[in-house]
Amino acid sequence: MADKTHVDAVTGTATTGHVWDGIRELNTPLPRWWLWLFYITIVWAVGYWIVYPAWPLVTAFTTGTFGWASRSAVVTDLNELKTLRAPMTTKLAATALADIKSDQALADFAYAQGRSAFRENCGPCHGAGGGGAKGYPNLNDNDWLWGGTLEQIRQTIEFGVRSGHAKAHESQMPAFGRDGMLKSDEIVTVANYVRAIANLATRRGTDLAAGKKLYADNCAVCHGAEGKGNKELGAPDLTDGIWLFGSDEASIIEVITNSRGGVMPAWAGRLDPETIKALAYYVHTLGGGEK
Amino acid sequence: MAEVNAPTLLALAEDAEVGRAGLKVVANPPPLDPADEEWADDTPLYEARRKIYPQRVHGTYRRIKWAVLFVTLGIYYLTPFLRWDRGPNAPGQAVLIDLPNRRFYFFFIEIWPQEIYYLTGLLIIAAMTLFLMNALAGRVWCGYLCPQTVWTDLFQTIERWCEGDRREHLRRDREGWTLERVGRAGAKHFLWLMVAWWTGGAWVLYFADAPTLVRDLATFHAPIIAYVWIGILTVTTYALAGFMREQVCLYMCPWPRIQAALTDEHALNVTYRYDRGEPRGSLKKSTALRAQALPSGDCIECLQCVHVCPTGVDIRQGPNLGCIQCGLCIDACDAVMEKIGRPTRLIAYDTDLGIKDRQEGQPTVYRFVRMRTALYAAIIVLVGGMMTFTLATRDAQGVSVIHDRNPVFVRLSDGALRNGYTVRIANKRPERREFTLSLSGLSGSLLDVVQTRDDGRFVVEVGPDQTREVRVLVTEYTDFLPASTPVTFHLYDARSGERASASDYFRAPEGG
Repeated sequence: MADKTHVDAVTGTATTGHVWDGIRELNTPLPRWWLWLFYITIVWAVGYWIVYPAWPLVTAFTTGTFGWASRSAVVTDLNELKTLRAPMTTKLAATALADIKSDQALADFAYAQGRSAFRENCGPCHGAGGGGAKGYPNLNDNDWLWGGTLEQIRQTIEFGVRSGHAKAHESQMPAFGRDGMLKSDEIVTVANYVRAIANLATRRGTDLAAGKKLYADNCAVCHGAEGKGNKELGAPDLTDGIWLFGSDEASIIEVITNSRGGVMPAWAGRLDPETIKALAYYVHTLGGGEK
Repeated sequence: MAEVNAPTLLALAEDAEVGRAGLKVVANPPPLDPADEEWADDTPLYEARRKIYPQRVHGTYRRIKWAVLFVTLGIYYLTPFLRWDRGPNAPGQAVLIDLPNRRFYFFFIEIWPQEIYYLTGLLIIAAMTLFLMNALAGRVWCGYLCPQTVWTDLFQTIERWCEGDRREHLRRDREGWTLERVGRAGAKHFLWLMVAWWTGGAWVLYFADAPTLVRDLATFHAPIIAYVWIGILTVTTYALAGFMREQVCLYMCPWPRIQAALTDEHALNVTYRYDRGEPRGSLKKSTALRAQALPSGDCIECLQCVHVCPTGVDIRQGPNLGCIQCGLCIDACDAVMEKIGRPTRLIAYDTDLGIKDRQEGQPTVYRFVRMRTALYAAIIVLVGGMMTFTLATRDAQGVSVIHDRNPVFVRLSDGALRNGYTVRIANKRPERREFTLSLSGLSGSLLDVVQTRDDGRFVVEVGPDQTREVRVLVTEYTDFLPASTPVTFHLYDARSGERASASDYFRAPEGG
């Protein structure tokens, strides 16, 4: 056989014997260890199937002899994180909300934890940066339904609004139209009066004096004689140019007719007290926090 | 006899050393037999590594290699123990890659993650230096400086200590497994593992305080990851320098391929001067030929150049992928030439052009200054200069600003507009500093830094060698603002007078 081996004249290398239209392939063999590496990868793969979860079965999967699972790995990682944060968490639990700011390291910790918790838990309704949306308050401005001090914010987060929790903020605006307390022309009149005290244009020919009377009889008990609202009742300030459901006449008529009452869940029990504390601190720093 | 039956190869074949390969060129090849396809299956597609027994050698290039080996390994093993005083808030190790704190310390230089572009600069300089070396003198990197070469050289030296030089080692291998051979091989592997272990040990010292880590390692108190990395590097060093050796250069390293594409006819390479060496023949034969005034080359086919070669190539076959150009064959050939009384440097750093010049009776001209070497050098100087300049003039503080995205702006109860910003302040000094933050670009605006004390001064304390993020609110009472107004945040260190600034925009609703 040896005498039939073709050798390429230029390189002096034997060819594989394959010929395509007179073109031959040089035989430059791969090193044998390369082949062994290939076999090792196969063995490695088999070993991997045995020790790690690998094969899907009809109702389950092979769990592997190491017992590794991504779910328990996450739990381990989270526990490690908790241990790592433990000193600061303990400090946060022991510090009064108002005193957090005077400890730089603690303030930075509370801010970071609050921001992270906010994006995960509050962001879906209030927006990632707390910018709010129609029906969901903007937490960056200085208009608060239930109060904007650190303690008030904490209370709102902890117990929620109309959440069913025993300590939740509770109040209910009557549905003046639906329940027949006001006639529809009266609703139009009082809606325009509300626009008037908010410095917005009113419908031509509106009897503002009648509107004022209707307002005083029906609305002032919660929203105040001057429309400045009442944080005890979560009644919004009607004069400040910040509107949760819109300031046009139609929106206001709709609110008076059918009433409004947003719901926020209670976070006590879902989040630990330290996280709620950090959230309160973070929301307070967003820009609207009151002293 | 082998056949070459592609007629188009004929022209090429005439140029090549057909006679040496023992080929017969067939002008009109016979038609191919379909049965030929079958014998191809007998040809192995994989080949076992041919063990190389490089012989000991003395001479100029060997001495250069020793010097390079001691210097490079000395730098590698000892650098972590160099101390550098940076004050109480910074590590005292001259070269330290501090991964947990994201810092790299190199003597008086400290690199932060955001300055990683210096690494780009270093990589450009490294590549250009490699190219420049290649344009001047071929594979200088491969032959002298490459870690694979340096550690292989060290391991081969240990091998010769334990198992003897080439002949002795060959003889022992032929004799099979005697007790003595087992002992010698055992000693060799023990020494190899010790070197490999030290190599891995030195590696981890770059990532932590070296003296502390050495103590922790010895008392088994070091982090597990340190032992793991020592283990990994012990295994790779042992395998690559002890067993893989030239296989790394032949099959794994990309540089020989790139190098072949980058080289040119002016680059010096370890070259067999065939104009002097051919026709080769035994000493006896060449002496006889010379006595008759017949042409005779200086090469006496003693094969010393092949025997000393760490990658097992025959330099006389010309430029070769396997040749790392370490110059050991030059030393080996020179020793032989001195013995037989012929001029040295039959193998030498030379160029193909140089050989052609001599064959044509012209003086050899080596051109080191060429367009490509000048360009490589210029890029090195330019990038090096830029890096030095930016390093020398960089600030010890920095400020960066991110505008709030949700909401972009806020209308307050009293009608004012407010924008929120996240401002990150960097203090690159190893001491606590106080920075005052101020704003320009808006008239009548109110600045509030949420995390500062309520004293009206917006002073932000930043710890030594740290950054700190603060939330900044800017409230503007002016009506009819454009949708976007450029603003600048200024950082001022009252004690040192140093400043930094960052630009952003104040956003307002379209149409005021």
